Amino acid sequence: MSVPLLADSRLVAGKDLRLEWRSRVTTNQVAPFAILVLVLFGFALDADAALLDRATAGLYWIAVLFSGLLAIQRSFAIEAVDGTRDALRLSGLDPGGIFLGKSAAVAAQLLTLEVVLLGGVAILYGTDLAGVGLLAATCLAATVGIAAVGCLYGALAAGLRVRETLLPLLLLPVLAPVLIAATRAFEAALGTVGVNGWAWVTLLAVFATTYTALGLACFGSLLEDS
Amino acid sequence: MTHAGYVAAGWGLTIGPVAAYVAWTLVRGRRLARQLPPEERRWTDS
Amino acid sequence: MTLSATTRPPAATGDAGPAPGPPAHTGSSGSRVLGTLTIVGVVALVAFGLVISPADVNQGDAVRLMYIHVPAAIIAYLAFFVTAVGSVMWLVRKSTWWDLVAASSAEIGVLGTGICLVTGMVWGRPTWGAYWIWDARLTTTALLFLLFCGYLAIRRIPADPAVRNQRAAVAGLIAFVDVPIVHFAVSWWRSLHQDATISRLDPTIDGLMLFTLMLGMVVFLLGYLWLMVHRFRIAWMEDRIDDVGLDRALDERRAEGQPQPVAAAETDTVGAL
Repeated sequence: MSVPLLADSRLVAGKDLRLEWRSRVTTNQVAPFAILVLVLFGFALDADAALLDRATAGLYWIAVLFSGLLAIQRSFAIEAVDGTRDALRLSGLDPGGIFLGKSAAVAAQLLTLEVVLLGGVAILYGTDLAGVGLLAATCLAATVGIAAVGCLYGALAAGLRVRETLLPLLLLPVLAPVLIAATRAFEAALGTVGVNGWAWVTLLAVFATTYTALGLACFGSLLEDS
Repeated sequence: MTHAGYVAAGWGLTIGPVAAYVAWTLVRGRRLARQLPPEERRWTDS
Repeated sequence: MTLSATTRPPAATGDAGPAPGPPAHTGSSGSRVLGTLTIVGVVALVAFGLVISPADVNQGDAVRLMYIHVPAAIIAYLAFFVTAVGSVMWLVRKSTWWDLVAASSAEIGVLGTGICLVTGMVWGRPTWGAYWIWDARLTTTALLFLLFCGYLAIRRIPADPAVRNQRAAVAGLIAFVDVPIVHFAVSWWRSLHQDATISRLDPTIDGLMLFTLMLGMVVFLLGYLWLMVHRFRIAWMEDRIDDVGLDRALDERRAEGQPQPVAAAETDTVGAL
């Protein structure tokens, strides 16, 4: 049972990433936007080095969330054209596999963005990227969670005329605990605040597991009816 | 009373919206009920 | 307000085909009993909460806000729990009844969290010196409010009932599953910054104050049930009008051979709500 599920998810993820590779929307539009957000924070905070240093973790994750929203919208916009959604539904692929595949593709793009943004904060804010293990674990756990919720809500809002405005309203409150936990874990890794970062990573992992499970259970019915 | 203004504001801001919601519920219920024949409203007993 | 429902003449305006016979409203003998109890309870709560119960030693009379703040919070959590149950029941059994319960309960829950937030802020100003501090429970409630605003936004998007219910049920589950995570994240986060959490009510609470608080819970619970009954019936009628009412109304118009575009238009907009 689990083998066709994974095979299906690999198929869908491969399709999305191939599309992405050809259109290069993430690399040419979303990633520059993410860097732009960092620059704008620099303007807003008057390029105050001490202030930026304290706020780096939070600003980083805000930038990830906002640019991640674009990636998620993009991931379901490509299903909206040419009746691809119906094709996907009729393809006989396991809905759970489709969910995992789309999440994996979004997660891969988010991870790319996060690496770019890490370079961005290192250069623009002069952040010393210490605690690499904790940084990597935080990024991984947070990304899986964001991608899972994003794909659930993305499928839910897909095809609606109001989805551009609806998706942020739906997603951002749900992702609030991710923002809190990932920021605290980053602060621990960067040494801004002395907290136990791994405890926060555990919370992120719980979040990711919960929503991946919910997605596996519910994605089929979302795809069927809407 | 020590915090009369705050207490009045808190209770007022509770009772006001709740009353408005109740009124809105009743009015909307009447308007909809007129559009449906009585046999669709199984709770009607008077 | 329930009592007036019985005295008002039925269907006076009759804009979309008057229903003959019994009065057209969402009341029933059960809901009238519930409504009467609620009104009596509200009067008692006002009397106990604002007059009879004593002022708190530390908080002064600001404690009187707690008699609505705490019950509103508890009712809101209950309402969202009911929404989650309704969502699951829709997903498992495709039960329209449960879907309507989920929708009704979420709306009342948003009202409850709104009241909880407002009274919490009004209470915080004299007690903490600011309308908003990042207190764990207040922050959790604010996020809950926003989460279920999103749920109601999804419900309001016109779509085929089955599609809309499906979407809403999944959204309701996503939101509800988030509640414990939010609660955990926020309280953990705040406990890093504050050594002592400020308790809202003294543990050694005065007997009369405790009674008033309990009375508040009972009154809010009664009010929730009363609102649920009426709100559910509205949702039920909307569902029926979507289903059969519109066709029937149009048929009647045609049978009369006298199209009334104004009335038809109104039926349409109401059905789409």
